[in-house]
Amino acid sequence: MKFIKNIVDKIKPTFSEGGKLVAFHSLFDAIETFLFVPNETAKNGTHIHDAIDTKRSMFTVVVALLPAMLFGMWNVGYQHFVAIGQEVSFFEEFAFGLLSVLPTLLVAYVVGLGIEIIVAQVKKEEVAEGFFVTGFLIPMIVPVDTPLWMTAAATAFAVIFAKEVFGGTGYNIFNVALITRAFLFFAYPTAMSGDQVWVRTRDAFWWGAGSPVDGFSGATPLGQLATATEATPAFSDTLGQAANFWDAFIGWIPGSVGETSTLAILLGGALLIATGVASWKIMLSVFAGGAFTALLFNAFGPESAIANLPWYEHLVLGGFAFGAVFMATDPVTAARTEVGKWIYGFLIGVVAIVVRVLNPGYPEGMMLAILLMNIFGCFIDWCVVQNNIKKRIKRVKQIK
Amino acid sequence: MNAKLKDIFLGPLNSNNPVVVQVLGICSALAVTVELKPALVMGLSVTIIVALANVIISLIRNTIPNSVRIIVQLVVVAAVVTVVSEVLKAFAYDVSVQLSVYIGLIITNCILMGRLEAFAMSNKPWDSFLDGLGNGFGYAWILIVVAFFRELLGSGKLLGFQVIPESFYQAGYINNGLMMMPSMALILVACIIWVHRSIKKDLQDK
Repeated sequence: MKFIKNIVDKIKPTFSEGGKLVAFHSLFDAIETFLFVPNETAKNGTHIHDAIDTKRSMFTVVVALLPAMLFGMWNVGYQHFVAIGQEVSFFEEFAFGLLSVLPTLLVAYVVGLGIEIIVAQVKKEEVAEGFFVTGFLIPMIVPVDTPLWMTAAATAFAVIFAKEVFGGTGYNIFNVALITRAFLFFAYPTAMSGDQVWVRTRDAFWWGAGSPVDGFSGATPLGQLATATEATPAFSDTLGQAANFWDAFIGWIPGSVGETSTLAILLGGALLIATGVASWKIMLSVFAGGAFTALLFNAFGPESAIANLPWYEHLVLGGFAFGAVFMATDPVTAARTEVGKWIYGFLIGVVAIVVRVLNPGYPEGMMLAILLMNIFGCFIDWCVVQNNIKKRIKRVKQIK
Repeated sequence: MNAKLKDIFLGPLNSNNPVVVQVLGICSALAVTVELKPALVMGLSVTIIVALANVIISLIRNTIPNSVRIIVQLVVVAAVVTVVSEVLKAFAYDVSVQLSVYIGLIITNCILMGRLEAFAMSNKPWDSFLDGLGNGFGYAWILIVVAFFRELLGSGKLLGFQVIPESFYQAGYINNGLMMMPSMALILVACIIWVHRSIKKDLQDK
């Protein structure tokens, strides 16, 4: 540690005002504050200080994402080798997934951080840490076969139009990673939905190519349910064999890279709650809202497979759990008041299931639900605060 | 052309643009800009209609009773719009089908009522004519820029001709479906406003 600190201190003047590489000041600053907690304190006013700063709390989120990411990588390889009918070892499956997902991760980081650094340099600000998590989220919420140039275009669009134009990290109205996905979804629907994109059958870096075996179906469970002709809520795995709740809970089903394993997501969620980085109220109320709406549709809904899907299966399929744990709890775009968090989360769950059931064109409702509620987050807070003010005025009047 | 007339004509093209500065006529800018051709026709139609209506109102401005002036303006605009609409149906039927209701809706275009009320009611016919032309062209060039990007990126064509070569598609390029949606038109208009205000710094809000 001391060794790194010495290097950093030694090269610091080169990047400071008057130094040779002042053009890369933002980049240097970002790396320095990432490695070491900044030694600066607020200069005026009263402040409440916490030992944890934004970089440290963002890093916690990335650590919490790791189980889902690692499982997702393994699942990519597993699905691939199942689809082309080869038996390989666990490590080969993981290595294939790693090679498939890593390019997307790199593209997201290079494009997103590139824009962030340019903007920070122009505005003479520090590089904000928000993209650290966003860049990690992007490869997890897209299909593994999303072309890299699309990821680059969507990331650039999201960082510029969902974040920088609003003023950068902390000022965005919408979740930036979800805007990336929304851009991909609406701009290139053929690359983001259907049954051809979720399982990679082509090679990863010239390795492991093969043709799909008989009975291969790359559709996600939700995709199958949305297009099902019968009203029985049954779905199957990559080889067309029936799958159940536990398959979906552990995660060996096709889907976006990080979303398949509810178990891995809940592990990350436990870390987020234990460290206090994300709100357990939002997570719980998203699940509650989803379960409530699914039960309503079971009882009164239309006669379709997706409406008859039991509530507990709704919660483990698709991006529901991932959205509830990692997306809805984004502190910038979520509601802030304690009562507001309950309402906000509950409505996300409700809207997600409503979209899933009533619009077969969108088998996955989580993205649209969270983006919609992002708009209302501030409004919910405002209502809660106003209500509180009204209550207090009433109480004051009663005392008089 | 003296300085004042020049200002009347050139102002709306740049520093007083009806779309990017006054933010008027946005709805039609979103609706007709999926392709370049309807955008061109729409821009031209609006230019002709604003110029003609401006001249007519300016000619009769001293005889219009103040209490019914809006209705008189509407009647004049409606008459001109109907003429343009019929001409389009006669000579450019397919474009008029593409534009559908939006030609008729020029009647309610904020730019028109704005120019008639704010300019033609208190200025001479020649000035009003130039003002109408200027505002029409100011509206048209924004439409054309937006439509250029939407058609190029949304369907790979310009004026209906394939511009992006087949080899691109074989290499994996896909047209951007978001460009076909009105929301992207709004973002493109926002981008034009962004660039415009970066160049003309006096328009930036303090």
